[in-house]
Amino acid sequence: MEKEVRVIEVKRSIFEDNNKDADRLRGELKEKGVFLLNLMSSPGSGKTTTLLALAKALEGRVKMGVMEADIDSAVDAETMLEHGIKSIQIHTGGMCHLDADMTRQGLYEFGLDEAELIVLENVGNLVCPAEFDTGAVKNMTILSVPEGDDKPQKYPLMYETCDLLVVNKTDVLPYFDFDKENVEKYARLRNPNIDIIYISAKTGEGIDQLADWIVKEVQEWRK
Amino acid sequence: MHELGVVFYVVKDVKNVAEENKVEKVNSVTLQIGEVSGIIHEYLIDCWNWARKKEPVMEEAEMFIEQIDAVTFCEDCKKEYGTVEHGKTCPHCGSEHTYLVRGNEFLIKEIEVV
Repeated sequence: MEKEVRVIEVKRSIFEDNNKDADRLRGELKEKGVFLLNLMSSPGSGKTTTLLALAKALEGRVKMGVMEADIDSAVDAETMLEHGIKSIQIHTGGMCHLDADMTRQGLYEFGLDEAELIVLENVGNLVCPAEFDTGAVKNMTILSVPEGDDKPQKYPLMYETCDLLVVNKTDVLPYFDFDKENVEKYARLRNPNIDIIYISAKTGEGIDQLADWIVKEVQEWRK
Repeated sequence: MHELGVVFYVVKDVKNVAEENKVEKVNSVTLQIGEVSGIIHEYLIDCWNWARKKEPVMEEAEMFIEQIDAVTFCEDCKKEYGTVEHGKTCPHCGSEHTYLVRGNEFLIKEIEVV
């Protein structure tokens, strides 16, 4: 007897599983009182330098740890450890982003019992990380001045999903045609509720304001 | 590479559906992909042809892709237009208060099985 060929209607998004898993992970974090901040940006925007500055500004206020995600190497995690910041490195194995399951594995490896704030330094990329919910409580993106003020126009989803936009490298503003109004206009068009903070991780400008934003969010979450 | 990442999700979902339905063999998988989802169809199929070999139930399954055209809606003049031709600015009234109605999807539409 010949076997019958049939068609099964599936009609589901491949992001569905990940979205559900991310919600579960947020639930686990809430229970443990751990605030996970997902940090995204292009390569070279100053994520690592910003985190080093931030760690100093948060000293005595919030205990911060870092999970570094990269395709390969442990360069970023080693930098953190050299500065006395608890850190682990996650390898995505060639993939351009992290999903909720990879994030969970990283978090449990990191250890949640004594953690208050864990920053997930996502793969440097403005496209794919925005599509996959990592389970983070808040999303933050860094845009550095040399990259140009048109990034919110070119990568709309990144700005739609972000709660906080940090504009970094303000110390070089005089040398670039970077229009702050343009950035704000297009970032708010994509997400009317986005917060925007200007910093220079190098000079320290705006770092306190950024630290305040984070402390407030962490306290709110741990209530 | 984005296509490689999403192909693992397709494999996982197809495997689940196959198990739920006690499927012996998957002949083909049909996807619906939005025009502005950022997926390059040829790359996705290349990734699929590599990844399917890891799961016996779908090791020979062909992948078909249907495109969902991208459409944007203008909040000011309430008209729709083609996203790829005109981007974020409404060609009818010039407004930038627009949002994507469809074209960002990545759906598994159906699978053909034995």
